[in-house]
Amino acid sequence: MSMKATIRQVDSVTVVDVSGRITLGEGCTQLRELIRDQLSKGNKNILLNLADVTYIDSSGIGELVSGYTGVSKQGGALKLLNLTKKVHDLLQITKLYTVFDVHDDEAKAIGSFAKAPSA
Amino acid sequence: MRAFPDPMTPESSCVEVTLESDLKNVEVAEEITRRVAGTAGFDEDEQHRIEMAVHESMINAIWHGNKNDSSKSVWLQFKIHPDRLEIRIRDQGNGFDPKRIPDPLENENLLNVSGRGIFLIRAFMDEFRVEHVNGAGTEVTMIKRLSSGIQTKQGGTDREHESHNTTS
Repeated sequence: MSMKATIRQVDSVTVVDVSGRITLGEGCTQLRELIRDQLSKGNKNILLNLADVTYIDSSGIGELVSGYTGVSKQGGALKLLNLTKKVHDLLQITKLYTVFDVHDDEAKAIGSFAKAPSA
Repeated sequence: MRAFPDPMTPESSCVEVTLESDLKNVEVAEEITRRVAGTAGFDEDEQHRIEMAVHESMINAIWHGNKNDSSKSVWLQFKIHPDRLEIRIRDQGNGFDPKRIPDPLENENLLNVSGRGIFLIRAFMDEFRVEHVNGAGTEVTMIKRLSSGIQTKQGGTDREHESHNTTS
């Protein structure tokens, strides 16, 4: 199963519900293009809901990092919502859990953007 | 692709498969790994970790070793020992030195986009080594040991039975 993404706008935040595999190839390319597309539209507050992500590999982690730094450079913020245990463990062992702003409550996650200076 | 025996049979202590060097075969290797690791007695979490190690090795073999050349192939061997699962993956490339890969946990590398594959393999497996096989490419060997507490419903007595009857 390849990656699928549904985009919805909640206040000033673009919520992306991601499902499937974020792995080298199609999944990573799709995520990269999606973030680039949102930035080009001026949507700089991006919340990736990873609840239905079944698999993420080292390239997928790299793509999340790339998205994080790319959005930050534009003065925005990319945050993560609803990590599965597998994704949570991967971010922990790669020490990226402390880099990303991770949430498990969507309303609170969206509220956290409003408090950010960039919002 | 060579046919492989049903991993659920007790005599299948060794599984070998040769796959076309194409990214679409990464998922094929994952499926084989999941079934072999289950047969070996690893629980679901461990199966996933072993599967991820094979995934990363397959990506390295296809992408970096065989340079995404689908005329080349990747050979995999899974050996179930009484106390461990040993996996070998061989490509037709020129090899690499894992010591030259920067530590992705260092602060200056933390936000690097790439360079975490070998790190994840090391994190998920108990042993990892890379050898250049003269004229045949590069072979990665990964070992995962069965710990006493890891045996689940499919481990248990089956594991004991297997430990007396399997050879590799």
